[in-house]
Amino acid sequence: MNSSQSLVREGILGAVHKNQPASRPMPHIPHFGLNDTNDLVALFSQGVARMAGEVITESGPDLDNFVRTRFPNAKVICSAVPECRGTIGPAQLGDWSEASKIDVSIVRSPMGVAETGSVLLSDLELQVNTIAFLSHDLVVLLDPTQIVRNIHDAYLHPHFKARPYSFLMTGPSGSADIGAITVHPAQGVKTLTVVLTADPGAK
Amino acid sequence: MSAVDQAKNAEAFLEDTVHEERLDKLLWMGRMRRDAAARQVPEWEELRTLASEIKEHTLSNLSEHLVEFEANATANGVTVHWARDAHEHNQIVYDLLTERNIPTLIKAKSMLTEECELRPFLEARDIRVIETDLGERIQQLDDQPPSHITGPCIHKTTKDVADLFAKNYGSDPNNEDPAYLAGVMRDNTRPEILNAHAGMTGANFVVAETGAIIVVTNEGNADLAANTPPLHIVSVGIEKLVPNMESLAVFIRLLTRSATGESITQYTSTFRGPRKGAAMHVVLVDNGRSARLGMEKFWPSLKCIRCAACMNTCPVYRRSGGLSYGSTYMGPIGIIMMPTADIRKYSELPFASTLNGSCTNVCPVKIDIHEQIYAWREVMEEKGQIQTVKKQAMKVADKVLSSPQLYQIATASVSTALKILPHFAIYNRLNAWGKHRDVPEAASETFHQWYPNHRLKGNEVLGL
Amino acid sequence: MEVALMIPCYIDVFYPQVGIATLELLERLGVDVVYPREQTCCGQPMANSGCYEEARATEEHCARVFGSFKYIVTPSGSCTHHIRNKFTAGADSPEKDNLTRNTYDLVEFLHDVLKVREFPWATFEHKVALHTSCSAIRGLNMASMTERVHDPVFSKPKALLSGVPGLQLVEFDRVDECCGFGGTFSATEEAVAAKMGYDKLAFMQKASPDYIVSSDMSCLMHLQGCARRQKQDIPFLHIAEILNGV
Repeated sequence: MNSSQSLVREGILGAVHKNQPASRPMPHIPHFGLNDTNDLVALFSQGVARMAGEVITESGPDLDNFVRTRFPNAKVICSAVPECRGTIGPAQLGDWSEASKIDVSIVRSPMGVAETGSVLLSDLELQVNTIAFLSHDLVVLLDPTQIVRNIHDAYLHPHFKARPYSFLMTGPSGSADIGAITVHPAQGVKTLTVVLTADPGAK
Repeated sequence: MSAVDQAKNAEAFLEDTVHEERLDKLLWMGRMRRDAAARQVPEWEELRTLASEIKEHTLSNLSEHLVEFEANATANGVTVHWARDAHEHNQIVYDLLTERNIPTLIKAKSMLTEECELRPFLEARDIRVIETDLGERIQQLDDQPPSHITGPCIHKTTKDVADLFAKNYGSDPNNEDPAYLAGVMRDNTRPEILNAHAGMTGANFVVAETGAIIVVTNEGNADLAANTPPLHIVSVGIEKLVPNMESLAVFIRLLTRSATGESITQYTSTFRGPRKGAAMHVVLVDNGRSARLGMEKFWPSLKCIRCAACMNTCPVYRRSGGLSYGSTYMGPIGIIMMPTADIRKYSELPFASTLNGSCTNVCPVKIDIHEQIYAWREVMEEKGQIQTVKKQAMKVADKVLSSPQLYQIATASVSTALKILPHFAIYNRLNAWGKHRDVPEAASETFHQWYPNHRLKGNEVLGL
Repeated sequence: MEVALMIPCYIDVFYPQVGIATLELLERLGVDVVYPREQTCCGQPMANSGCYEEARATEEHCARVFGSFKYIVTPSGSCTHHIRNKFTAGADSPEKDNLTRNTYDLVEFLHDVLKVREFPWATFEHKVALHTSCSAIRGLNMASMTERVHDPVFSKPKALLSGVPGLQLVEFDRVDECCGFGGTFSATEEAVAAKMGYDKLAFMQKASPDYIVSSDMSCLMHLQGCARRQKQDIPFLHIAEILNGV
């Protein structure tokens, strides 16, 4: 940090320190939802559907076939998972903007959230982050035993402390800015398909 | 510079019944959706209390948490900058771009950058700025500021947008379908995103413990702006800190439900560091926040998480339109924030309220908004911001109303009473009441006159 | 039981019948009512305008006039809210302290102190749209508010009106949205205030009430002004008039 930035920094921190009110303690945050007995998979599926995503429970043994049938016009299929071959992998992308040529991306999420219908994704699963944004459609594989109850549980996931980039995705990209009517897509993917299938790599 | 005349702007907005009635209906629906979402969460009020307490802890230990964030972010490979005011912020952003010869910046929504007037600053220095948020882009094309914190163009009809896009993008002016219009925007913005060398986002929260920036969007445009180019710049106010991820969960559960009634937005993203070969810079901005932190009555306004629930429930906002406030932040939260930026320009805003208190009760972080609005009125008087004529009328009122003899003389005749009773005797808007309403009719005698002729008690002067 | 009757300035001048109904109702319920003739105003209009200093003399006078009474009752939620929660312009004194603690809105007094629930003399065979003021709801906790979705639903004025034979309460949308009076707001932002009033009337009228009733005459003054301008002749009554028997 150069010396003028140092001065600015000291100035701001000094003003904040001088002005901040007398310290109040952090409250204890209870572990909400511990005793709820809802069916997590059902709750999760409702959440996804509410946000215009779709949950698939029977994709059949051949994922490539599933993708080709579901997206018959797709030419470029980018797979970041071993269960699916696709036409390319993220490693074949040079500049991250090249992901815009992808029709369908397939990735695996390490965690779903029942409360909201969200799936967790990070740079670890995506390898090239933009494959989840610049592609036209997105397929996310999720092991149904890896669905946690609520957001409190979700933020315990180690990704949030370890990965440079991680996000909770809930339904495909949308916007309600025009007339308060939600439309898809906005800038991101047009559809989100969550396929519930066991994680072959899970311990 | 004269004060923003919010009342006059509101009156003009009301003359357009199409836009006003539509805005009122849409935002009331937003309030109803918020209520429905809150009903789904049995611990809703407990979450509000927790959120308020977490923010109060954080703000009362802000210097420590800022240093903590800076250390953790730096360890993650992020460069942290500090800016005392809007100009310093704008200069830092400009320098980051010109050092790398970057002529175009794509950006996601950030109210802070509106506050700093970043776009005109950069555009005056030949840097193109492309908004990627649909509502912000619409407002950018129309050369208008956002009218609402979460829905920047909520005041526009689909026809307004169709006309605007036809003019700017050559699309079909007769196609008002929001899906079509969003598609037009996407087609026109995608090339800009792909060719950009720098992307800017704001931040909804800053997590001290993990050095993380949290951004929440429906479109995923923040993720696009941050991930596609090799330079990610974050502009964020110093008040956005939360201590850790555990506390973040409380806010994430409250934010979208308060804003739109959904349980969460489509993208809730955590940025902790750049990818290999790329750079991430965070600009921490003060711009009056540290000063507001020292204001005994008003520092709780810094708890705000920008959900706009207060605007959706505010009956005055819904009938005035967000642009009537002439300020970066509008509605109830705007009223209590803006006077710290310019007490003279925004001296009328605290009076754009009926003090009904609905805002305070929907605020997810329990800011005592309507009580701060009332407190600002007193400050305006102390700082001499109340118009002399109004103050004079009030002085007369106090003289009459503190003297039983003067009061009884004044109220003996209704026409004199009308001049004295402060509800009516406000500076030169003496006849304002009667513009849209009938004036109450005179009673033949006041209660005061009736009483001695019908009752015995209380006739005696109480030795005053 | 002795009670001092506080009559808000605008009721004194424009709606003395509300003061009379309040007085008669309290007497009917066995209360010994005193009307201190030196009373003027609670200071709310000046204080709410930010003219804090210009409310001082009026508030101090109010404290002197009423400060020795054990109960002060007024047919106004907004005046009660001001006195109980915002009475800070005048100098501190034992009278001021006493006033702020012992002032009751009429509905509060009937519901919480006298605990009256039946008004058999007050038959009212009509449909009533009840408006409860923001001061009463959020300032005095006289009814639950729709923002707090998990709170039990209650309303003190409704509880009282349920004891009036033949009276039928009608339901309408946006029940606790502000009517637009807001004190001096109604003059300084009169276009918005009027639109809020017109809208509230429209929501009420959808339920086809015969009367519009409130425990705050200031709201009714504003709504009545809006109604008459729109050539609606629906009658307005203060709750005191109904409970006393019209």
